[in-house]
Amino acid sequence: MDALVLTVILTSVPLILAATGELIAEKSGVLNLGVEGMMLMGAVAAFAVTSLSGNPYFGMIAAACAGGITAGVFAIFALGLATNQVATGLALTIFGAGLSGLIGAPYVGGTIDGLTVIVVPFLSDLPVLGGLFFKLDLLAYLSILMLGLVGFFLNNTRAGLILRAVGNNHDSAHALGYSVLRVRCVAVIFGGVMAGLAGAYLPLVLTPHWSEGMTAGRGWIALALVVFASWMPSRILIGALLFGGITIMQLVGQARGWEMPSQFLSMLPYLATIAVLVLISRNRNFALMRAPAHLGRIFIGTK
Amino acid sequence: MKLNKFVILLGIVVLAGLAFIMSSQKAPEKAAGVADDKKVKVGFVYLTTPGDHGWTYAHEVGRQDVIARFGDKVETTYIENVPEGPDAARVIRDLAKQGNDIIFTTSFGYMDPTLKVAKEFPEIKFEHITGYKRAPNMATGNIRFYEGRYVQGVVAGLMTKSNKIGYIASFPIPEVIQGINAFGLGLRSVNKDAEVSVIWVNSWYDPVKEADAAKVHIAEGADILAQHTDSPAMLQTAEKAGVYGFGQSSDMKAFAPKAQLFSSVNNWGIYYINKIQALIDGSWTTGEGPDHWAGNTWAGMADNFLVLSAFENMPDDVAKAAQKAADDIKSGANKIFTGPIRDNTGAEKVPAGKTLNDGELFTTLDYYVEGIVGKIPG
Repeated sequence: MDALVLTVILTSVPLILAATGELIAEKSGVLNLGVEGMMLMGAVAAFAVTSLSGNPYFGMIAAACAGGITAGVFAIFALGLATNQVATGLALTIFGAGLSGLIGAPYVGGTIDGLTVIVVPFLSDLPVLGGLFFKLDLLAYLSILMLGLVGFFLNNTRAGLILRAVGNNHDSAHALGYSVLRVRCVAVIFGGVMAGLAGAYLPLVLTPHWSEGMTAGRGWIALALVVFASWMPSRILIGALLFGGITIMQLVGQARGWEMPSQFLSMLPYLATIAVLVLISRNRNFALMRAPAHLGRIFIGTK
Repeated sequence: MKLNKFVILLGIVVLAGLAFIMSSQKAPEKAAGVADDKKVKVGFVYLTTPGDHGWTYAHEVGRQDVIARFGDKVETTYIENVPEGPDAARVIRDLAKQGNDIIFTTSFGYMDPTLKVAKEFPEIKFEHITGYKRAPNMATGNIRFYEGRYVQGVVAGLMTKSNKIGYIASFPIPEVIQGINAFGLGLRSVNKDAEVSVIWVNSWYDPVKEADAAKVHIAEGADILAQHTDSPAMLQTAEKAGVYGFGQSSDMKAFAPKAQLFSSVNNWGIYYINKIQALIDGSWTTGEGPDHWAGNTWAGMADNFLVLSAFENMPDDVAKAAQKAADDIKSGANKIFTGPIRDNTGAEKVPAGKTLNDGELFTTLDYYVEGIVGKIPG
């Protein structure tokens, strides 16, 4: 049972990382649908650099940079040139999938030594909990840490307030003298860095491989998680664990011979996401209140 | 207006005439065989990249065998990452237009596209791997993969301590069901208590999902893993967790030196070389297959189409038992699907003394044999 719970936690980590990054971008009013593409760029960078250098931590750093740079491309178009964010984000996903495949071509079939487990002294000796939460890898610890920091940042700091102001009404924020584009640019790049790290988790921890399109839709789930969580960091954690749990449960169900079509079981995680989105959207006022009011709107600053 | 219509009509007649002349000029060129001074051009369509170290890698090894055998008498081209389905027709047609003399399409899902293009290019030979649709210029070839899986079942039955075997499967198609059932028959021939649970990942190549499925099997108590998917992810997971497993399509020892018991290796080179030689000699035919479903060529361990890598990480007596099982299959002493065979509800499906013929292996296996848990999906 412990091993299953641990598998669920590991499956959830990339979702937490990517959703945390996207949360910040969306809170600043930018809808970046390119998470999947940025994750793929992170994954291929992590694999390539680790296989060249032999050090997975270099791979991790490379993934963060690759994600950040990919997000930078998005920022140039969607912020600098004020292109449509939805179209640009979709283009970024397609671009990321193609470019990562090209970069990764020589690495297909190779293998690397991924991140090792870091045992937290004392705490790891706790019964049950110790084995589950204190014998993880650096990125898993980082995902929880970043989620906490982002929560604190948004609710308890002045910079967080400015970020939310920009996302809720960019004209007002602009009139108050805040640089809307600069804030959004930083937020988007932060989102990219986190998505890159999320992508890195696949080859560095989950399976030491590179294969084209290996994120297999996890970027889209991360995007859905942000809405699912109604832009609240704590709920991202719940949503990610729920999604990870269902993903693993469908495999367990098959292993135990539950009589259900495996195609249906494979569909379950996505079905659950849609169901929860419908439930959340039932209370329209709540959703509207939480959503950044200027999400996806183009801002053209006046000099 | 009248003139216009006349001009168009005339144009059509002229074009049709030209097309007729050109096609009638082309036809006699390639009546039989390939002239000595001409290079044979061979095209391959790959499902993934040779870097998958599984299915496509095995085909790439076959292509290298062809080059080693024929040297500069052949010119080979391959196209990788070709999605199964209608889009494949475009790729196959491209290869045909480039003047390839024979084209091998290496996955089940290329069946209809290959047939379609084969009809458009009657002078080119097509070889479809693992399918059952044919044309006068389109043959099918397949390997008896299930023979290796029977031996895997024997080894698994002797090696397991928990009596729980985890099997990772791709899609519920005949070839995969044959494999699972052959594994079950091998397992139960040596161990009446062991059980196999199957996880379908609905993909041929998805390392993350394959690894997840392997982790779940191990968490559920499995100590031996088998796979009918193409990446080495399952074996790597097994290596990490300290359990054992079998490699698929190619020798995967490099990925799991302590966990791999053996791999069933697909040896396509022998098939490719035979068919290309026949083309050069002018003796190429589709061949009369054993059966509609099984294809024109369906060979296994006896013909070296399927090769088992070295038996490793197991005690000597287990390795001996595995060798004996393999020898019995090669000699024909063990036909594997010979009754009595019961399904996993206990109902007798094949009476004692009867052996399923090749066609029946494709059309009647809609159940799991004893020892396999659950039901075939879909």
